[in-house]
Amino acid sequence: MNGGTFRREFEVTGGDFYNAGRVSTEIKEILRQIGIAAPKIRRLAIAAYEAEMNMVMYARSGKVLLQVTPEVVRLDVNDVGPGIENIELAMQEGYSTASEEMRAMGFGAGMGLPNIKKNADRFEIRSEVGKGTTLEIEVRL
Amino acid sequence: MHGGNRNVKLSEIIQRLGLAVCTHPERGDTEVTGGYSGDLLSDVIANAQAGQVWVTIQTHSNVVAVAALKDLAAVVLANGRTPQDDTLRKAEEQNVILLTSGMTSFELAGKIYEMIKEK
Repeated sequence: MNGGTFRREFEVTGGDFYNAGRVSTEIKEILRQIGIAAPKIRRLAIAAYEAEMNMVMYARSGKVLLQVTPEVVRLDVNDVGPGIENIELAMQEGYSTASEEMRAMGFGAGMGLPNIKKNADRFEIRSEVGKGTTLEIEVRL
Repeated sequence: MHGGNRNVKLSEIIQRLGLAVCTHPERGDTEVTGGYSGDLLSDVIANAQAGQVWVTIQTHSNVVAVAALKDLAAVVLANGRTPQDDTLRKAEEQNVILLTSGMTSFELAGKIYEMIKEK
């Protein structure tokens, strides 16, 4: 990424359901202020929300780095947490490891990662069990 | 919802359906473009559209986060459910209109749909 890049980092705390959604809402507002087109913001907001909720539900802590250039909006999501054992399975719609309690709250529908992929022009996921998970999400402008 | 529907003011829906207003009663002028019903947050995040009223039985504070992120017109808690204290607090803070009703999600969705399809 070259000159003209907007860059901002956000922190997410695992288990903090009260503040969950705050980072993605803030990202949406920033993108709106920058003047990104509404359909792109909608896709990025969905991706950011799902990434944030995954960290709230599963990770100990996490970070989201938002970068905006004239060509692309990029979210780099890094968490410290249990990681994902089987990424292929985790990417399947309907698959979830959420607890009964989380499911009762309307989480854990097994739509999180698929929703991110659907709304990204580029999506990469890497994970190490016992360490954490990394997502790269891009929407081209 | 598609073109040809009429935008309805939130206050008309509140009045006609006898909804209780939990937060931001001053914002009855909010325009409603349609509705969405569901209790799975990922589904609502993916499919609800800005300006819609969201009917749900979820009462926890993340409902507010979803409504704020999607710029929803209001949230209606169905089936006699009431918001948790931190849900109310967050809705006040984040400017989200919370409504409640004794009707089921099905009844509410049907009635709101009829109002928006009218004319």
